[in-house]
Amino acid sequence: MEMDTLIACHECDLLHQRRPLPPGGTARCARCGAVLYRRKRNSLDRVLALTIAGLILFVVANVYPFLTFRLEAQVQETTLITGIIELYHQGMWIVAGVVLLTSVLMPLLELTGMLYVLIPLKFNQRPWKLSLFFRIIRKFRPWGMMEVFMVGILVAVVKLSKMASIIPGMALYAFMILIFVLAASAASLDPHIVWDRLEHRQ
Amino acid sequence: MNASLPTALKNTLISCHSCHLLCKAAPSLEDASTVCPRCGAKLHSRKPNSVARTWALVIAAFIVYIPANVLPITHVMSFGKAQSDTIMSGVIYFVKSGSWPIALVIFVASVFVPLLKLFLLTFLLISVQMKSKWRPKDRTRLYRITEAIGRWSMVDIYVVTILVALVKLGSLATIEAGPGAIFFAGVVIITIFAAMSFDPRLIWDTQEPNYERRK
Repeated sequence: MEMDTLIACHECDLLHQRRPLPPGGTARCARCGAVLYRRKRNSLDRVLALTIAGLILFVVANVYPFLTFRLEAQVQETTLITGIIELYHQGMWIVAGVVLLTSVLMPLLELTGMLYVLIPLKFNQRPWKLSLFFRIIRKFRPWGMMEVFMVGILVAVVKLSKMASIIPGMALYAFMILIFVLAASAASLDPHIVWDRLEHRQ
Repeated sequence: MNASLPTALKNTLISCHSCHLLCKAAPSLEDASTVCPRCGAKLHSRKPNSVARTWALVIAAFIVYIPANVLPITHVMSFGKAQSDTIMSGVIYFVKSGSWPIALVIFVASVFVPLLKLFLLTFLLISVQMKSKWRPKDRTRLYRITEAIGRWSMVDIYVVTILVALVKLGSLATIEAGPGAIFFAGVVIITIFAAMSFDPRLIWDTQEPNYERRK
């Protein structure tokens, strides 16, 4: 059997013959229906563009004011990490760590890691430990939870809106766009293309 | 299900967990030193000790789920009045104040999703251990659901994070996180690890007529 043209379903282990797909096509497992591989138009170029946009938005979302809380004469301005620091000061360092990882560090790892992988591939280069980096990014992807954070913001704002006025800042808008950019990037990426490229460059 | 279907396992092949490259299995399937030649990940035919690990994590999550729901998740001090809220009392507050969509979001994300996920994983584990042949395709779907929904339970942790950041006005109004938040974060993390450690291929392995239990 020729192994290069075979792929096993990662959910039920059934072997399939790999066949070229039309652009935008998806190959599914014949037995359990899991997605085996997809073909995206300009996958890597699109992901690279979205990653650069995402990194800019990430910086804006973390530097500028996020939400401002005003109750009578008192004003409390916050950035994205204010809550994490406050949790830490209250002795909730486990919770602070979980929030820091899932809403700041993991998205940052994904964005910078994708740049580290995609820019050299674009110029047919192969820098240090490229496959290790790509494997780590793929492995930690589920721990980036910005879209869940967005729902948390909505709930918190509704909860406080009766008590005081909440003023959205520039960072909040950047954060909202960033979620769509990350989703578009995830939908455009076919990881098999990256793996195939890494293999053929060895 | 047709017993003659070719799987990687039956052809002594291993599909890399990380990059899905098909590799020839080493003579001993448990040889931990084998790594994928393409991406460098450790090769396993099935996730190691999947059933035992998933059981351990599911039981741990059931235990941690209790303090997560009983202990207060926030302490609110406003105009000299102190009030502690658990997840459920927060839901009830939203229902009473008329914001039932928000009440529904918190109830589904914080109460319903973790429990649903734990019961689904328990069901999948028992069905695999009993070598059930019942609807493998639907059980694989149930597994996909447990994988996809777990992250949404983090909503309440993020709500607390934003509340403590914004409401910090000294005696006028202050919100602090309660011990329930630690346990609740624990439930979410443990159930995500539990879903990751379960191997859906076990559902299909038991469909083979001459299936032997592999460790």
